[in-house]
Amino acid sequence: MAEPPIISVRGLVTRFGNHTIHDGLDLDVRKGEIIGIVGGSGTGKSVLLRAVVGLLKPAAGQITVFGENVRDTGVADYRRLRRRWGVMFQDGALFSSLSVQQNVEAPMREQLDLSPQTRAALAAIKVRMVGLPENALQKMPSELSGGMRKRAGFARAIALDPEIVFLDEPTAGLDPIGAAEFDALTAQLRRTLGLTVFLVTHDLDTLHAICDRIAVLAEGRVLATGTMAQMLEVDHPWVQAYFKGPRARAALIQKEAS
Amino acid sequence: MNASALLLRDQKTPPQITLSEGVLALKGDLLISTIESLDLRQSAGDTIDLSGVGQFDTAAAWAVVTLERRLQRAGVSPVITGANASQLDMISTLRQNMPEGDAPKLPRLTIVDRLENIGRATVSAMQTALSMVAFLGRVVATIVGLILRPTRIRGTAIVHHMQQVGLSAVPIVALMAFLIGVVLAFQGAAQLRQFGAEVFVVDLIAISILRELGILLTAIIVAGRSGSAFTAAIGAMKMREEIDAMRTLGIDPIEVLVAPRVIALIVMLPVLGVIANFAGLFGGMVMSWIELGVAPGVFQARLLSNTDVWHFGVGMIKAPFFALIIGIVGCFEGMQVGGDTESLGRLTSTSVVVTIFLVITADAMFSIFFSIVGV
Repeated sequence: MAEPPIISVRGLVTRFGNHTIHDGLDLDVRKGEIIGIVGGSGTGKSVLLRAVVGLLKPAAGQITVFGENVRDTGVADYRRLRRRWGVMFQDGALFSSLSVQQNVEAPMREQLDLSPQTRAALAAIKVRMVGLPENALQKMPSELSGGMRKRAGFARAIALDPEIVFLDEPTAGLDPIGAAEFDALTAQLRRTLGLTVFLVTHDLDTLHAICDRIAVLAEGRVLATGTMAQMLEVDHPWVQAYFKGPRARAALIQKEAS
Repeated sequence: MNASALLLRDQKTPPQITLSEGVLALKGDLLISTIESLDLRQSAGDTIDLSGVGQFDTAAAWAVVTLERRLQRAGVSPVITGANASQLDMISTLRQNMPEGDAPKLPRLTIVDRLENIGRATVSAMQTALSMVAFLGRVVATIVGLILRPTRIRGTAIVHHMQQVGLSAVPIVALMAFLIGVVLAFQGAAQLRQFGAEVFVVDLIAISILRELGILLTAIIVAGRSGSAFTAAIGAMKMREEIDAMRTLGIDPIEVLVAPRVIALIVMLPVLGVIANFAGLFGGMVMSWIELGVAPGVFQARLLSNTDVWHFGVGMIKAPFFALIIGIVGCFEGMQVGGDTESLGRLTSTSVVVTIFLVITADAMFSIFFSIVGV
């Protein structure tokens, strides 16, 4: 384990007014793993994601990605850093005035100097890779279902072959079949593209199915990290309730049956 | 990849392609940012050698598969050598996901398509006009229903909208009308002075402001201010499914959202019109005094003796109709908003343009009507 973590968060403090969300949060993400971030509503899972990708300025603490500080970098460095990760927001956050193809091409258009033909070819491949039919390319986001929007958002996130993808609640609002497909897609793309996946989720099935490690957020910090098996051993009421509640048992049974 | 390689990923070896003895050798870092410098238009070779390749991403795999297909079309099936397991995995993923042939091109528009588009646009414009009339009917029916059962009237909402569309608009409407009065007096004076008929500037100002400009410009300002706000507010509610929620709860959105806005406008637009008239006349009076030396007393006397009260009446009769147009179009366009944010912006601007167009059209029709009935 000599390899340094790909994402390292130390002593993170974030506040909204007087309300402290994170109070001295530490977290390491290793290269190539799928880490699932869980926590109750309002424990700052999405806020953590936003802080790591630099959308939000923390009150204190240090966040490094690829060994570089996210906050205190110059414009050019941050731009270079940003190219190495992709973010999929809840519900895809596709640009509503652009077609799916233009959405996937958008990062290539901004960051690289590619010919339109190459861009179109690569966009078509990315859209196929996330399991969308080819006729989805010309559709507008408003014409897509929720699951398809998420897939298109994923295609945009991996448009530049990032090393890390951040997924914010990727399976929320999907039916169980769609959610399972999305999990399989995440795992498959991690394998083929060698991604590190930072996954914010509530979905116990996702945690069982694809996450290598789980980090539990509570009381403003990371309460525990480890595999699913280790989570079941953690002696904390919230963790116990979360991982041993009726829904968790159902997910576990499902996992054992498959 | 170890830590230092992780940090040094930016230092890339440019990719190269060389052909010797049937072997197409790829060298360097093949990445999405460098792939375009690679010349893929190769037509000879039966082996693709990847042993000299450094970094490799999906764009690189795309290049390899493109190369492979190009050679296949030239009649050879190339062998890929020197690739490691993950590269082969990526290449086979790409083979499955890469569409055959070139990227699909959008079909070109023929003259028939263009004609068809014109036809479709015409039909949809007529359908929109029809549904707007239907909407007008429903709103009028709802308002009549409210008058018959006054307990259902939402007093608070009406007063709130009266403040929004009326009271808050007073400063801008008054200032606009004052300036129009100033401009009319100034321009009129320059012409009338040539005939020594300066004092007729009073008639000029009074008739144009009271009859036309006061209420017309007020309506245009209110359309830009409140009509667009109606569209945006109702459109946002439509987007967030609030309107559907109301319907499921048995609340009629027309009664709750549209009627109070339209009633508030019908009450407040004439009031704003009167304020605009006063401000316009005042502006004209000030400018006549400064520019032509027509004393305020003279202005007032001339105004009272020479201006028929019907000029004021004509302007005021138009006000509720303009208010109805602004309210109906603003709310109607808001109800048309679909699921996407773009339609909200598009319909808000449509709402203002359509409202102003209809207000001016109605004004022209009123002119014809009043000239026929002779007032």
